[in-house]
Formats: sequence, structure tokens, C-alpha cells
Amino acid sequence: MSDLSIEESEAFRVRCQMFLTKNANAGDPANLQDNRAFLAAASRAGLAGIAYPQEFGGAGLSVAHDRIWREEKAAFNYADRLFIISHGMCLPIINEFGTESQKQTYEADMISGRSLWCQMFSEPGAGSDVASLQMTATRDGDEWVLNGQKVWTTYAHLAQYGIVIARTDPSVPKHAGISMFIVDLASPGVEIRPIIQIDQGREFNEVFFNDVRVAAEDIVGSVNEGWRLATNMLMYERVAIGSGQTDQITQPRYEELAAAARNRGVIADPVFRDRIADMYILETCKALVALRTRDEVKAGKTPGPGGSLGKLLGSVVEWKFRAIAYEVIGVSATAWDELDEARRDVAMNIVTTFRVGIAGGTDEIQRNIIGERVLGLPREPATDRDTPYRDLLVGTLR
Amino acid sequence: MKFGFSEEQDELRRQIHRFLEEKSPESEVRRLMATDEGFDRSVWSTMAEQLGLQAMTIPERYGGAGFGYVESLIVFEETGAALLCGPYFATVALATNALLSSSDEVARARWLPAIAAGESIATLAISEDSGRWDLSELATVATKSGQDWTITGHKNFVLDGTIADLILVVAVTDDGPGLFAVEGAATGLTRTRLATLDQTRKQARLAFEAVPATLIGAIEETEDVIKRTLQLACVALVAEQVGGAQRVLDASVEYAKNRVQFGRPIGSFQAIKHKCADMLLEVESAKSAAYYAAWTAQEDDAELALIASLAKAYCSDAFSHCASENIQIHGGIGFTWEHPAHLYFKRAKSSELLLGDPFYHREIVATQLGI
Repeated sequence: MSDLSIEESEAFRVRCQMFLTKNANAGDPANLQDNRAFLAAASRAGLAGIAYPQEFGGAGLSVAHDRIWREEKAAFNYADRLFIISHGMCLPIINEFGTESQKQTYEADMISGRSLWCQMFSEPGAGSDVASLQMTATRDGDEWVLNGQKVWTTYAHLAQYGIVIARTDPSVPKHAGISMFIVDLASPGVEIRPIIQIDQGREFNEVFFNDVRVAAEDIVGSVNEGWRLATNMLMYERVAIGSGQTDQITQPRYEELAAAARNRGVIADPVFRDRIADMYILETCKALVALRTRDEVKAGKTPGPGGSLGKLLGSVVEWKFRAIAYEVIGVSATAWDELDEARRDVAMNIVTTFRVGIAGGTDEIQRNIIGERVLGLPREPATDRDTPYRDLLVGTLR
Repeated sequence: MKFGFSEEQDELRRQIHRFLEEKSPESEVRRLMATDEGFDRSVWSTMAEQLGLQAMTIPERYGGAGFGYVESLIVFEETGAALLCGPYFATVALATNALLSSSDEVARARWLPAIAAGESIATLAISEDSGRWDLSELATVATKSGQDWTITGHKNFVLDGTIADLILVVAVTDDGPGLFAVEGAATGLTRTRLATLDQTRKQARLAFEAVPATLIGAIEETEDVIKRTLQLACVALVAEQVGGAQRVLDASVEYAKNRVQFGRPIGSFQAIKHKCADMLLEVESAKSAAYYAAWTAQEDDAELALIASLAKAYCSDAFSHCASENIQIHGGIGFTWEHPAHLYFKRAKSSELLLGDPFYHREIVATQLGI
């Protein structure tokens, strides 16, 4: 949907391109200072918080503008990468469901990047089944006391605030007794421990809550409304990821394999050629599915199923890449000179391929969603949907 | 590159769909596949007279409708879904594309009008016993005597070879392979029907004993003409494959919703559900590739060589895999003659090899990419 004329769209697109060309590659996307510097520059240029109210430092523009901004940004080094959850999930929920007081307190700092936020849903016993979460929030006077543990919390170690969901009523079925809160991560009782990934990255954490006190006015929405809000937050993420795609049809994994095969002198091997061409074909098809969906949306037609397939297609690409990468790239991906960071990056790049099929909804969950919501196949009988939470066998309980 | 279909194109699809629902239901497919000729002449005539299907991509000056490759894709997607029995693919995707790809204006004016009118069934005979669709190992020869040519040798796996009125043959001359026109009833031509795995598409072996032939175009352009013909034929074939793949996905999902075992529909079990989800991924990817190929052909883009083979490789694997899973999801009943699942599986496997198998096309992709 676009309320912009072609001239307006093009003019805005050029404005974004000029800004990004100058600022997007200026720093290290993994450095918080550099991220904040980028956001500060965006603020000065009137390009921070594109679709958010000017009252809070946003640009006050339309969703159409925001889509253009995301499309242009996708072609660059993603200079505000550390804010992907902060801006992609936490900001929209506060903007849409926060009280006036909460928006006055938090929204401007969120948009400007002065405060970085994280999302705390998953727990050790609640991954695919987040609704079975065990963290409790107990009312005590004009405060809530939170106890429990969150996991896979991306950038918690850098964040000032978090959006957390906790159980406020165990006497009702699991979805019905959850509330959402804003937590100041500097509060007493909050302990953040890094998790080391198999590719040696440290982007996420365990966060322990030991009698952490949250003011009553820091509840988001109403008591026991948390699950509905959490579902909304997950949808924002999907929209954000989905809209940040370019018009390009690219095949990055194919490029890696072809270059590696050339370097090793195996590019003439018919088996490798077949597999490498297959990689090109699959990546091309994935890009075409996305383009076809975009064209359907642009034409005002009801989009086909393509929009629900992107994440799983991405994982299928990674599975195929992983199946052949070591063979093509060769033994240097299994052992390398300690000081050779480039070689290490190549090896870790292959290990990282597991991420897309597990994080943000596993492949199996995606297939369930596709089977049920797109194809209309019946759900499996659930043993826990209508049972009071306190009667369930959940998570880490035995 | 634009993926949307126009209102007119959507209407064309609805028209063809309705026509095939009426004229090519499963009962007709089964009836015609059991005949020697494999098609219904009155349906063939109706296709030409009422819908102009044989004329679709033929320019108006030859009595055609002057549509493009996107419209053609829509038709083939529907005929593929319905397993239409008849020489439509051979006439339109093979022979017509060969005539259109050639620079021979005389040949086009001579043969295209009858094809457009549905009066001439045509096919293309390239492969010999190896089944290969490139021109590297051909043994059939064309000999010139004065101004006339004759062809001696044999061709195999010729689609609709026994019923074709016009057979375009690639035969080797002293100056390389040439494209020739031979009449179906020509003297010296022996046409033998083959038994086929996919009974909905008839094939023949042709033996040539000094058969009179007319050269089409210049001999030196033949390789390029055939390359382009096969690319355009691939665009039509992947459309058929996509139509068939969507049908078997629909059948699997329908069965999974209705078949109850262990107290619930089998589609509620993850193993079946996930198979269906994976089939959807393949169908949507195949569709996107096929539509992209049709647009590339329509725009006459230089990328056609790459995209036609890319689509052929992917859509072949996708249709074959989906058709196989469709049988598996149906369980025992999928193993019966009575159930239509095997008809789609056999069409899928035959189509997988027609115009070159996925390995062959992936090698073309690799070569086109310059690796």
C-alpha cells in the first residue's frame, strides 16, 4: 500500500540512498558506539524512527516511507544492526500498546538509540512452546516481583531495558495467565550471563531474575494480556524482516562455493559443478518466490503462500549449502593456522548455518505453521491448551 | 521483471480451466491414453476453433493469435494440470517454436497457417537411440540430389510421431546438421508406436528410407535454431510440470484432511503435515521459476539460455518429488491403477527426461554462469 506518488517515492529513495552511502559503512556494525553514532546521524537527517511520531523524535512519515528506508538499508552493511530487536520489536509494541506515560518515558530514547532494548520471552524450559514459560510475576503492593530465568536473550549484555513476559496467573490455561512488563536491566536481582555459540559468537545470554522489582506502571497492556501482545511483537519482527528485501536476485552461497571450487582447482569436476549449479538454482528460486509475493502485494492482489515460506526457504538453502560446503571448500575449513582469521571465518560461516533453522521458530514449527495456516491441515490434538497451567507438566519440571 | 498476471491473463486461465474440466476430465484421460492415437480429434478441433489454442504464439500474419509466452505458459500450466492427452505440446512447444525460431519466411508461411487452424498436427524429431536432445551424435543423414533432399536413418522417442502430419527432422548434411520438413504420409517413412511409461503422451520410432524432405532455413543456423527451440520448449514444459505439481499437492492435502486413522485425520500427524509443507515449498519455487522463464522468453532476454535450463532442472525435480510424495501420502490406494496418482507420477518422470534431464540442464546452468 502506498500513499506516495512515484515522484515522492523516488525522491525519498534518493534521500535515503544519499544518507546511507555517507553513513552506513562508517563504523563497525558490532560496536554499540558506532551504532549510536549512526542513529544520531539519522536523527539529525530526519531519518530516525521513520514512521514514528515527531513528538518522540521520529520522522513522522508513512509506512510506505518506512518500507523504502528498509529496502535501501538492506543493501548496506546494516549499521544499526544491534538495534534490530530494539527497533523491530520493542519500539513498535511500546508505540502501539504503551500508555502515554510509558511513551513519554521511553519512546524518544528508543528511537534515538540512547537506550537499547531486548526481548525476553524464551526460557530453558520454554522454547518452541514459549507459552509454557515458568517465570513468575507476583504483585506486592505497588510493585511486581519477578523470579525466573530467560534464555537466548539477544544483546541483553548491551541493553538498558527489556520487554519480559511472565506468569501472573497459574490457575488458568497457559496462554491466559501471562503478562508483559518493561524491565530496567540495572535493577537489583538481574544477572546477565553470556552464552557462547557454536560459531564462537556471543550475541545472546541467560538472564536470571532474583526478586526483581518492577513498578506497577511498567506493565504493558493489562494483567494477563501478555500473550496477545507477545504474538503481536513476533509479527512485527516478521514484517520487519520481510520488508527489508531488495529487488535483487542474488546467490551468495553459490558465489562462495564457486569461488572456493575455483581456488582449489576443482571447478571442472562434474559432481561439484552439478551441486554448485544446484545451489545457484535454489537461491534463485528463493529470491523469485519473494519477488513474486512482493509483486502480488504491489498489484493489490491477495498474496499467495510465498510470504510464509521465506524463513523455511532460507533454512533449506543453508541445509543445502552445509551439505556440500566442506567438500567444496576443502580441508582448510577443518584446520587452519591459528592466526588466519579469514580461514576461521570461513569455517565458522558454515557452522552458523544451523542458526536460521532454529532461531525465531524452528524448521519443524515453520512446517507446522505452513501445514496448518497455509494448507489448512488439522492441528495435532493438544493436551495442554485448556488445562490450568498449574496442572501441567512443563519445561524443567519433572 | 514483473510477476503479476493481468486481468485478461487471469480470464484466459479461467477459460482454459473450464474447458479442460469439461473436455479433459480424468475419465477422458483414461479413455484416450488407452487408444493408439491418444487424442480426441473433435476436442482438438474445438481447441483450435473455439479457443485458438494451437494459434496462440503464432503471429497474426500466419493466421495466429499473436500472444506471447506468458499467455502460452498459462495454457500449458492448465494442460499439464489436466494431463491433456494429445499432440498439443508437440505441435506448439516443439514444431511451432522451431518454425518461429528459424529465419525461413517461406517455411513459416507454408506450414504455420494449417497448424494455427488445428488442421495440421506437427512434431519435432531430434533424438535417436540415446534420447539426447543435443545435436552432437546424430546419425540420421540428409542427402542432396539436385534441388531435392532425402533423409535416411531413424529417430526415436518422437512425441506423437505416428499421428503427425508434419514432422520436423534434424539430419546431418555434409555441412552440418540441418532442419528439414517431412510429411507424415511420406514414402519411405515407417512409423512405429512405442509403449510408454506415461501413456498420456504417445511416442514413436521413425525409420527413414530416402524420405523426401524440404530444408528449412540455412544449414548453418540450425544449431542456433534448435537451441532456441529447446529453450522455448522448456518454458512450455516447466509450465506443464508446475500445473501437475500443484494438482498433486492439492490431492495430497485433500487426502490428508479426509483420511482418518488412529482417531484423527492423517494430516494432523507431523510426518504427513511436513511432507505437505515441503511440497508447497517446491511448488511455489517451481512456479516462480517457471513464471520467470516465461517472462524472460517474452522479453526475449539474453538470459533465456540460463533461465530455461534453471527452470527445467528445478521444475523437473520438484514435480517428480511431489508426485512421488503424493503416492506415499495416499498409502496403499496410491499404488492402485484406479487412483490417478500414478498418472501424474508417470507424467512427472517422463517430463523429467524430456528435453534433457536435470543433470544435463544443471551443466548448462554451470556453463552459462561461466564456471
